[in-house]
Amino acid sequence: MSIAKATKNDVVVGRTLRQLAWARLRKDRVAMSSMFVLGLIVLIAIFGPLISKWLGVNPYDFNTDLLSDAGSLPLGPFGGVSRDHPLGVEPLTGRDILARLLYGSRISLFIALSATFVTVFVGTVVGIIAGYSRGRTDIVLSRFMDITLAFPLLLVIIAMTPVIEQRLQSLGLPAGNPSRITTLILVLSVFGWPYLARLIRGQVLSLREREFVEAAVSIGSSKRRILFRELLPNLWAPILVYATIAMPALIGAEAALAYLGISVVPPTPTWGSMLEESVGYFTVDPFYFFVPLSMLLAAVLSFNLLGDALRDALDPKADRN
Amino acid sequence: MMFPYIVRRVFVMILMLTILSVITFILFNAVPTDPAKLTCGKTCTPEIVAANRIRLGLDQPLIVQYVEWIKGIFVGRTYGTGSATFECSAPCLGYSFRNGEEVTTLIVNALPVTMYLAVGAFLLWMLVGISMGIAAAKNHGKWQDRTIMSVSLIGYSLPVFFVGLLLLIFAIVRWNLLPYPNYESPFDDPVAFFQTMLLPWVTLAILYAAYYARLTRSQMLETMGEDFIRTARAKGLSERVVFRKHAFRAGLTPIVTSAGLDLAGLLGGAVITEYIFSLPGLGRLAIGAVTDYDLPTITATVLVAAVFVIVANLVVDILYAAIDPRVRLS
Repeated sequence: MSIAKATKNDVVVGRTLRQLAWARLRKDRVAMSSMFVLGLIVLIAIFGPLISKWLGVNPYDFNTDLLSDAGSLPLGPFGGVSRDHPLGVEPLTGRDILARLLYGSRISLFIALSATFVTVFVGTVVGIIAGYSRGRTDIVLSRFMDITLAFPLLLVIIAMTPVIEQRLQSLGLPAGNPSRITTLILVLSVFGWPYLARLIRGQVLSLREREFVEAAVSIGSSKRRILFRELLPNLWAPILVYATIAMPALIGAEAALAYLGISVVPPTPTWGSMLEESVGYFTVDPFYFFVPLSMLLAAVLSFNLLGDALRDALDPKADRN
Repeated sequence: MMFPYIVRRVFVMILMLTILSVITFILFNAVPTDPAKLTCGKTCTPEIVAANRIRLGLDQPLIVQYVEWIKGIFVGRTYGTGSATFECSAPCLGYSFRNGEEVTTLIVNALPVTMYLAVGAFLLWMLVGISMGIAAAKNHGKWQDRTIMSVSLIGYSLPVFFVGLLLLIFAIVRWNLLPYPNYESPFDDPVAFFQTMLLPWVTLAILYAAYYARLTRSQMLETMGEDFIRTARAKGLSERVVFRKHAFRAGLTPIVTSAGLDLAGLLGGAVITEYIFSLPGLGRLAIGAVTDYDLPTITATVLVAAVFVIVANLVVDILYAAIDPRVRLS
């Protein structure tokens, strides 16, 4: 009986990297809690308007009756926290901070997620092509990555934003937030892709020498099939890790741009624009500043922690248990 | 072996710089705004615009403008024709109507500020970051390691403007520990210089040190698992020598790469930090130029910043070969 049990347990079951990684992640408490926090933030973003409606708060309504006459600061403790306004109201306008945070999360996450998606898409395609094709294509693409990385990111973004926005509008995109948000996504994506492309290129350089690629070539598979059906499935680990690390960087970049005055069109809120607006009130109404800040930090920290854990979990060199 | 490698790399660098200058030029000069119209303020007449257009050569085709621009950088150029000419000697990066000055002068004035900022922060973060990383790697898995890693993760996640603003608000506005930032050259007033630069240095150092602590730690841990470390231990070297001479040196290469590129990136202007602490450096110059749509200045600052990075790329690659004997120069 005991012998049978032992043999049963000792049966070597091959596990894929995906199964291994998932098993490791589930044991990692930090990873699971950051996933939980991120899940919450995403839910908040998705159901933001519903939650606001349910709580009876609105991100755009002015409540000047809740402000002091002198200085227009919110009345009451912690920047005007009350049952009607659980996170207080803004100075000067009296808009509900909770509602603005809920709506702002949607836009901040949407911008970061879209930019991550574009970055990952372009980076992966360019990286695979550069890595698989030897010679001139590789050299041209690689040098192009180097040149893109040499540009001072923030400066070019700030300088290019009005220009790109004008172009988009002349292409027929409505003025205001549709074209502004598209512009932000584009400029944030333009400079991220070379990092991933380099990473993928390096991986493909070694993958393309493996037998399965040789086999695919020998049965006459098209180049397109080899690139995207044979090579791509082997690259999801670095892509996933990169995407997890790109998200917090892009959330931070959105906030930094907002601080420098490049953000969505007011009165639409984002985490960045809320921070930018609240910075000036920091000494008199610190709570107003800490609300968007804690949201932003929670998201950025969780993504960074998850990225770290994913990198460890997906490491093929790690112990297989 | 080393020399042909360097020559080849320099050649590639020159090629890249050329492409870079073309892209920069197109990016900012093929914009749907009329640069000539931007040369004068509210009291503008069509005659002044037309005259300025000719003076600055903006009536020429773009390719001619590019050639003139490049020529200006190397041999200088003369603006205008007839009696109203003015000389812009090499390296001429253009004329900023907004500031009423040659762009080269603006950059030369701003560059030292950015340089002091970048180098000071660099020294600080390398010292703190690498020591933290080594301390964490030595105590791998213990509480010291976990503490250092958590602290650095938080530091790494904080937005730059937040760190800068917080330091500004608390150290200067609330507690009056330092006077309000007012940049003075270190040769004129060293005390004021250090008082102004301290917070910007710390701001940048916090962010970068966090990153370098993590990088150093992971590098050290990776190299400590290599076979040559086991060999070094097996032949009876002390743990200290193994750590310093073998593990640290081998793990140093990616740190050198990052350090070189980060320093170069900062030399092109630490936009947000300079903005917060009102330092008259390249970043502030560029932001001002962007807000005013001062095209020659934007183009020049972007070009200068990019040149720093490209040159640093070359220096780093050469250093690479010098540090790591495993790097093959093929």
